Amino acid sequence: MAPAAPKSGDVIFASVDRVNAELFTLTYGAIVRQLITDLEEVEEVNKQLDQMGYNIGVRLVDEFLAKSSVSMCVDFRETADVIAKVGFKMFLGVTASVTNWDAEGTTCSLILEDNPLVDFVELPDTCQGLHYCNILSGVVRGALEMLRVALPEVFKQLRLIRAKEVEEVSMKTEVTWLRDMLRGDDVFELQVKLLKQVPEEYPYKDDE
Amino acid sequence: MIGVGKAKQYANVLDRPIGKGKQEVTIDSTSELNKDLVQVSLSAFAFLFSELVQYNQIQVDNIAELERRLEDAGYAVGARVLELLCHREKGSRRETRLLGILSFIHSTVWKVLFGKVADSLEKGTEHEDEYMISEKELLVNRLYARFISIPKDMGAFNCGAFVAGIVRVRTALDKAFQIIFNLC
Repeated sequence: MAPAAPKSGDVIFASVDRVNAELFTLTYGAIVRQLITDLEEVEEVNKQLDQMGYNIGVRLVDEFLAKSSVSMCVDFRETADVIAKVGFKMFLGVTASVTNWDAEGTTCSLILEDNPLVDFVELPDTCQGLHYCNILSGVVRGALEMLRVALPEVFKQLRLIRAKEVEEVSMKTEVTWLRDMLRGDDVFELQVKLLKQVPEEYPYKDDE
Repeated sequence: MIGVGKAKQYANVLDRPIGKGKQEVTIDSTSELNKDLVQVSLSAFAFLFSELVQYNQIQVDNIAELERRLEDAGYAVGARVLELLCHREKGSRRETRLLGILSFIHSTVWKVLFGKVADSLEKGTEHEDEYMISEKELLVNRLYARFISIPKDMGAFNCGAFVAGIVRVRTALDKAFQIIFNLC
């Protein structure tokens, strides 16, 4: 099947069902409130939010791949671009921009100017260490771990290599918040650092 | 409690414009009125809601407790939606009469949250004070049909508890209201 041209984030966002962002924002606020009441420790809440985000991310990436028909990304740079332009737009309705690439191309920053999760939110003094949007970092981490970075399509089509030589890897990343609007910065900055790429082990040997 | 800050920040929060929701044209076929609303994808909300349910599920042992926790979450949402809508739609005048509140919920609130007015508002026949807001396709139960499957031992579980919580806060008059959700 010929790969379809990847759809832009706007087109996909317009075609999925949508709900009022305020309901989304308020529901997220209720979740964070519940976590704080139950766990009480800000660090625990951060970890729990990250874990919830991770659970969401691993499932979200399936839907993302199904709806957006992007072909496999060649490298991490392209992956980050796709996440920022298509992924964020498709689910949250906002686009992120990618900046601050380091020399090796393994670390970048996703900048969000507009974040539907934090409308109407202020952090009180008792929760100063809280990363309110930590669920987003979990989502990115989970999604990347499930994504595959592979060699260009053309090699597979020409059958120059056997299936198990295709380098499909899952990416282990570390995602941290650099700047947070709730703490007084002007944008949200999420740093995505590629730790390692773990090659996918096929459980069977491909006999041609 | 989130939302209460130092005096300086508090003033800033109040000064922040909430507007009519940011101006963004969406190609949403349902209605003109949603044109000004900011939206996120349904699946984003579905994922978030499912995490909410899952988190609460591991904290509790039975269905009633789970429904109560969801209702509490919905209650928090409802309180804020009430403030927001009163400010935006009605010029900060809040309904105090019973029928006023019920029709406010039935039309405005439902429209803002779910994109349409509730299917009907009826007076119940069994008790003096019973009213029913019917909704054939509750958003969370639509998610329920599409994205969430309930294991057999929780057959009676109803995600509508979340919406029940949203409604509960509005009816904070002297009479006690019992919210019963029936799946149509």
